[in-house]
Amino acid sequence: MSTAVLEEKRPETANRPPVINDFSIHVATANGSGSQSSNNILMRSIFQMGIPVSGKNLFPSNIQGLPTWFTIRASKEGFIARRRDVGVLICMNPETAHEDVKTVAPGAAVIYEESLKLDGLRQDVVFYPVPFQKLVLELVHDGKLRRLAVNMIYVGVAAWLLGIDMAEIEKAVAKQFKSKASAVEVNMSAIRGGLEWAGKNLTKRDPFRLERMNATAGKIIIEGNAAAAIGCMMAGVQFLAWYPITPSSSLAEALIDYAGRYRIDPETGQPTFAVVQAEDELAALGMVLGAAWAGARSMTTTSGPGISLMSEFAGLGYYTEIPAVVVDVQRVGPSTGLPTRTMQGDITSTYYLSHGDAKHILLLPGSVEECYSMAIDAFDLAERFQTPVFLMSDLDLGMNNWMADPFPYPDKPLDRGKVLKTREELEAHIARFKEFARYRDVDGDGIPWRTLPGFIDSPAATYFTRGSGHNERGLYTERPDDYQRNMDRLARKFDTARRFVPRPVVSNGSGSRVGVIAYGSSDFAVEEARVILARKGLPIDYLRLRALPFTTETADFVSAHDRVYVVDQNRDGQMVDLLRLELGPHATKLRSIRHYDGFPLDAETVIEGIEAGEKR
Amino acid sequence: MSSTTPETKAPTAETKAPATNRVGLSIKEYGGSKSTLCVGCGHDVITRQITQAMYEMSIAPHKVAKLSGIGCSSKTTAYFADRGHGFNAVHGRMPAVATGALMVNSSLIGIGVSGDGDTASIGAGQFVHLLRRNVPMVYIVENNGVYGLTKGQFSATADAGSKLKTGAVNDLPAIDLCAMAIELGCGYVARSFSGDMKQLVALLKGAFAHRGTALLDVISPCVTFNNHESSTKSYKWAKDHEIPIHEIGFIPYFEEIAVEYDPGTTQDVELHDGSHIRLRKLREDYDPTSKGQALSLCLEAQAKTEFLTGLIYAEPRKKDFLELSGVAGEPIVSIPDARLRPPKKSLDEIMESLK
Ligand SMILES: Cc1ncc(C[n+]2csc(CCOP(=O)(O)OP(=O)(O)O)c2C)c(N)n1
Ligand code: SF4
Ligand SMILES: [Mg+2]
Repeated sequence: MSTAVLEEKRPETANRPPVINDFSIHVATANGSGSQSSNNILMRSIFQMGIPVSGKNLFPSNIQGLPTWFTIRASKEGFIARRRDVGVLICMNPETAHEDVKTVAPGAAVIYEESLKLDGLRQDVVFYPVPFQKLVLELVHDGKLRRLAVNMIYVGVAAWLLGIDMAEIEKAVAKQFKSKASAVEVNMSAIRGGLEWAGKNLTKRDPFRLERMNATAGKIIIEGNAAAAIGCMMAGVQFLAWYPITPSSSLAEALIDYAGRYRIDPETGQPTFAVVQAEDELAALGMVLGAAWAGARSMTTTSGPGISLMSEFAGLGYYTEIPAVVVDVQRVGPSTGLPTRTMQGDITSTYYLSHGDAKHILLLPGSVEECYSMAIDAFDLAERFQTPVFLMSDLDLGMNNWMADPFPYPDKPLDRGKVLKTREELEAHIARFKEFARYRDVDGDGIPWRTLPGFIDSPAATYFTRGSGHNERGLYTERPDDYQRNMDRLARKFDTARRFVPRPVVSNGSGSRVGVIAYGSSDFAVEEARVILARKGLPIDYLRLRALPFTTETADFVSAHDRVYVVDQNRDGQMVDLLRLELGPHATKLRSIRHYDGFPLDAETVIEGIEAGEKR
Repeated sequence: MSSTTPETKAPTAETKAPATNRVGLSIKEYGGSKSTLCVGCGHDVITRQITQAMYEMSIAPHKVAKLSGIGCSSKTTAYFADRGHGFNAVHGRMPAVATGALMVNSSLIGIGVSGDGDTASIGAGQFVHLLRRNVPMVYIVENNGVYGLTKGQFSATADAGSKLKTGAVNDLPAIDLCAMAIELGCGYVARSFSGDMKQLVALLKGAFAHRGTALLDVISPCVTFNNHESSTKSYKWAKDHEIPIHEIGFIPYFEEIAVEYDPGTTQDVELHDGSHIRLRKLREDYDPTSKGQALSLCLEAQAKTEFLTGLIYAEPRKKDFLELSGVAGEPIVSIPDARLRPPKKSLDEIMESLK
């Protein structure tokens, strides 16, 4: 039977107004059951129909067996944050099926394996039992392929129920399996089988529908980690040292993959970068500092536990003034339990990482575009300020699928900072400033000049690198005045950085006395919350932080409002704490909204927080 | 080690100027800041031998990357080769810093100086991985059996039964860094004594000529905390107990090899740059190119608390980490910025694939 015929046979939803392009699909499976491809195909097909989507994988810390959920949100208004209520549930995991059914919104559609007998659980949802196990036996003859193909059947069922265009599914399948004919065929026949079975056996009774729009033309879908990897590659990264840790491994792996394709010198055939899989994160940052000291654009990527291990070297980087880029894809706390869940958990610990007076520049990407562009900024800032710079992504941003405009080609050349690389440069420097002194502030911005080992054959070029005890010329000292002068210069340098870090994005003009401050992946939910609050008659202004240290806009924003809500994805309000320290008397205006259950932030949480505060 | 002897002008003939080497430098130009160690410290003696070896090898000092961790020993990188760049890192973590620096600049000559605390305790993990990777550098452990800088606690290389000045006895077995290095595939493993200057200089020169990690475990007495009667890391004990396994001569590639050579009593090891190490055997049939013999030598010596010195193991043809990683050619740091950023076409291609 052709798709067209089936489309015609789909009955209209009885009684309820249709919900078009504005609901989320929740697929519950067991980890390792191979549902990833099916979920991708579902998401991409909707995207290709021109409907804004986002895809989130809520997965356990396990390779096989524990429950995992994939959420696809379709939103005609372009909201791509997590949506709390589930419209369509696809129940493939017997372990969680009962719980899953209990949590969906009234009126939801539940597609489930027939033998689970879920239909008695609730009266207020629409049940669609499907004999997946029986169908897969009929549709797929190769026994080995059945375990995966069963997931394709739900794609077909969903396609029929929701009205997903089969042509788009075919395109998505071809993309997923890189046009490998045999794989495309097996999977397409399972999808078609599901669709046909649904057409013959189901009657549509739910209101959820997908209809073509034109809101995704020219857009890409990408994970934040891949976006950051592309940024690092375009930034000209020369050295990567890393130690595997979820949720940052895919960043290093994507970078190795892309750089292996696009960073091989055509003339020499040699890569223009080096990679070391280090023995731990401590070594990873040590290698990065060594490579950067030698003059390479160097980076590592990690998550909270790795950040802790990097603490000593982070301080050494700050004091010795060596550039380094550290991407921190933040996740929930230490050890076992929720390492595969998202959190903005490392803000304060990273800002002050290490002992002594160390503090660091943090960049706070709020989208996949910014994972890309700020990766480039991070290298420029690290080399300009000769200090470690931390790019603070998180699991939600890094590992989930986001829609975006294609990334623009960088419009500025690499900023390699104050480096004397040739004898001519050294001589010109000496002519101007009498000598080269590694830690002297000759320009008044707190940033000294540096030379690189092995480049200039002259005693005037060399210096000795050591931690806290050095004078302006890099010589050993324990004198109080030398030490204090150096610390003051470092503070001056940090102040200079305030003028160069990415500035906040400020949306004023709602006329409201109420503002909200957020950062990182919270942006999607906050933007959505603002739209909804405005509709409800409570417009609010918004400042999205994009870096630490704070820039002047932040204090201005707070002083211009009566109450400012600060959204943190952690229990203790790490950013609100830093803001309170920064703002002095205005700090009393701050109120804190905290989300910390391990799931990505949703708009409702922000709305509830602000409404509750405004009712007081 | 790669390219230890760049070709420059030969020193001009007889003048009053001090003697110079093949790159026109006098030994003074391989010197560094004044040492701040205790008078008589073994580490200072080693510093002098490093200076001598670099001079004799005509190493271009500005190409030298001196790397160290923390400890009295680790401070000594400031006391030689001022014309090179030094990096005093954090305790036990010099291997990581060295790995990064040497990976991105294949033209650097890496020399790491560490202590037994720095290497065998806090840095044991990084030491293991440096050896496993065969990072091209000379790695010297100035081994005194104690933590000098923190005032005399036992280190992990202290022999079982040895006593501190306070009378405290070490009950734990010593870690044998040479055996560990052989196990981990290090291609140049030597043990020496800071009091045996002739041997040490020859071993250092061999180490500079070797490509890959060259480990030198040098007993270097701490006169302040571990030079007493009951110590097995004192000058007296080392002098009385040192048993060289061979006499070592080093013939750099730029010198002609003397003809007399008796395979019965001497053995030549050719190094990567064409230099030779000539060993006159003192221990019957000991062949330092045999991994099995090298390991059993270490085990026997340990069992008998014998202090055997010399080139314990040599495997000069191993690939180093840069070769294994495909970055041994043009130094990565020398690649101009224009070649580091892919063209717009590449980004467009990636973006297209994500649509
Ligand atoms: C993380 C850290 N822990 C402890 C110390 C203190 N510390 C400094 S040197 C040293 C031991 C050095 O012993 P060794 O490497 O044998 O060098 P030596 O002084 O004997 O030459 C210790 C424990 C430190 N600097 N850093
Ligand atoms: S304490 Fe020991 S190791 Fe340190 S300088 Fe003095 S003698 Fe040398
Ligand atoms: Mg020691």
